[in-house]
Amino acid sequence: MKLTVSGKSVYCYTGGRANQPGRPTLVLIHGAGHDHSVWTLQSRYFATHGWNVLVPDLPGHGQSEGPQRESIAELADWVGALLDTAGTGATLLAGHSMGSLVALETAARFPDKVSLLALIGSVAPMPVAPPLLEATLSNRDKAHAMINQWSYAPRSQLGSSSIPGMNLTAVNERLMQRQGHGVLHRDMSACNAYAGGFEAAARVRCPTLLLSAAQDRMTPPKAITPLAEAFGRETPLRKLVIPAAGHAMMAEAPGAVLEGLWNFAGAFPSSIQERP
Amino acid sequence: MPIHRNAGADTLALHAGQTPDPVHRSRATPIHFTTSYVFESGDHAAALFNQERAGHVYSRISNPTNAVLEERIAALDGGVGAIACASGQAALTLAITTLMGSGGHIVASRSLYGGSHNLLGYTLPRFGIETTFVPAGDADAWRAAIRTNTRLLFGESIGNPGLEVLDIPTLAQIARDAHLPLMVDATLVTPILQCPIDLGANIVMHSATKYLGGHGVAIGGLLVDGGNFDWEASEGRFPTLTEPYEGFHGMDFAEESPIAAFLLRARREGLRDFGACLSPMNAFQILQGMETLGLRMERHVANARALVEHLVKHPFVESVSWPELDSHPDKALATRLLPQGCGGVFSFSLKGGRKAGSTFIEGLRLFSHLANVGDAKSLAIHPASTTHFRMSAESLLAAGITEGTIRLSTGLETAADLIEDLDRGLYAAQKASA
Repeated sequence: MKLTVSGKSVYCYTGGRANQPGRPTLVLIHGAGHDHSVWTLQSRYFATHGWNVLVPDLPGHGQSEGPQRESIAELADWVGALLDTAGTGATLLAGHSMGSLVALETAARFPDKVSLLALIGSVAPMPVAPPLLEATLSNRDKAHAMINQWSYAPRSQLGSSSIPGMNLTAVNERLMQRQGHGVLHRDMSACNAYAGGFEAAARVRCPTLLLSAAQDRMTPPKAITPLAEAFGRETPLRKLVIPAAGHAMMAEAPGAVLEGLWNFAGAFPSSIQERP
Repeated sequence: MPIHRNAGADTLALHAGQTPDPVHRSRATPIHFTTSYVFESGDHAAALFNQERAGHVYSRISNPTNAVLEERIAALDGGVGAIACASGQAALTLAITTLMGSGGHIVASRSLYGGSHNLLGYTLPRFGIETTFVPAGDADAWRAAIRTNTRLLFGESIGNPGLEVLDIPTLAQIARDAHLPLMVDATLVTPILQCPIDLGANIVMHSATKYLGGHGVAIGGLLVDGGNFDWEASEGRFPTLTEPYEGFHGMDFAEESPIAAFLLRARREGLRDFGACLSPMNAFQILQGMETLGLRMERHVANARALVEHLVKHPFVESVSWPELDSHPDKALATRLLPQGCGGVFSFSLKGGRKAGSTFIEGLRLFSHLANVGDAKSLAIHPASTTHFRMSAESLLAAGITEGTIRLSTGLETAADLIEDLDRGLYAAQKASA
């Protein structure tokens, strides 16, 4: 569906069903150079199991109008405005990679809008290797190849897709190619520049899931420890590591990501009860 | 823009799409000879049917052995995915019916395999889909044939029977300008010699029966999606991909997957409803063949070159049609688009006409006389006495062949033995014509 946020058209995928009043909402934020389509399997499940689903193409990505936001803080403010526009109530906000930083910052800035938080494939800070950052500017093909090399577990590099007949690394490359020039560079630059992760984590009060993949070389499970330690003791924090998947875990292990999110939501039923 | 390959073609041909079976540790791809798959629960079943979870439901729609083959060809061709079909003809039909219905129009090369020509020229018009055939190398004719209801441009990497080389980059540009996809039948080249998606094509089809299998034991077809066509930007030309489909949960396929909408609809509608799926046994056999594809294509090309070199000098041979020869009108295109060779199929014309042709065929011992190409074994056919036997000399000429034309599919035998066999047939033909 199309919404208008800050005067600009925004495309939001809703999991194949129309959203209805009185339901909790799953909001999924994609990563750098991506769009809503990285979340389709998980979205469809939630949409048929009592949830509203809101999966935006971030500004300047996919079918959403620009301008692209150039910092995590701006993106978080934009997500806050999106939640207002959509009129979400109880919300599980989840983000992947860059989207996880956006989700984290959104939860810190708008605690009343976020009931549950899930950070998938996340670390903070999230420095981008200089050769990759440079390649996103000067040689997109090279950047896409580097991202694919680091984003997929060795098993996925040669296939064995969980989705019959699909060549996952090629899908990812085409998706990145589909975005406009400069989009990936600005996204990566926003990740690289974001320094507010620990401060944001300290402000988060809602139950939070840190979901990693054992073979993730972009955001390895071990690297999330400093961020995990930045959350306050009163924040219910859960950690889950998915085996045999890399950074592109929603595609490599879609069922495991779905179960991680679903079980997390189920563990905090009072948080997702729709507010009167 | 070509897709980056994670490994070289020979490595992909051996490994892409498969890791050893985690339960039994089988190194080879297991043959999943099952029609259906046990659901874990009612919820799991519903989630599979509604595409909330990845997995297999019924082997008409997907099968683990077929999925390995699909991923393997997609990895080799630089596609985002593929669908295995019962035959090359099934793959072509699936592509067309996914893109259009009654009222649709195709612009196709005139130089097509006879089966494809039959489908486009005679069968599909009964269902309201028309085709305009144009000379493969006439860019202006392609452009001029495009109508408001055109939905596809289609040609073969190397055409039949004149071995015309398709100018894929030029046609891809014509297709892009018209917001239409270009599909290429790459059966005679395989991803070892040419990857049409890398050259700008959007969809590739293969008759896997030919070189991909290579052994001549299994019929099969493959449809590969380049993921490089923006269906949403095509101004409503492809409602099957950009509008909700009541037949599958109201899914808007381009919304669901901007990259792989074509494959998604083809699997969820065409494979499901028309049912031209590949047997997993055939998929296994084609996979076995593909493991040696690179080695075989090298030998096919080398043997074809040796035979061509011999035939052009033979006094009883009138002409040889082979894009690597200076005499072929597409020599320059072949050098540019098929630098590793033009495969193993070529034709030559005997002096002496129809009788000489049939005598030549009967004089062969090593070449098999049959209507196929791309086998490990060398094959020969004389169109004027078989596939085109009802046609007059004039009609044959209009189709680009003569009464003495022989088509060879060069196999993997020792080249000297093949040359000796050709000489045996040529001697018999020469003697009969004397």
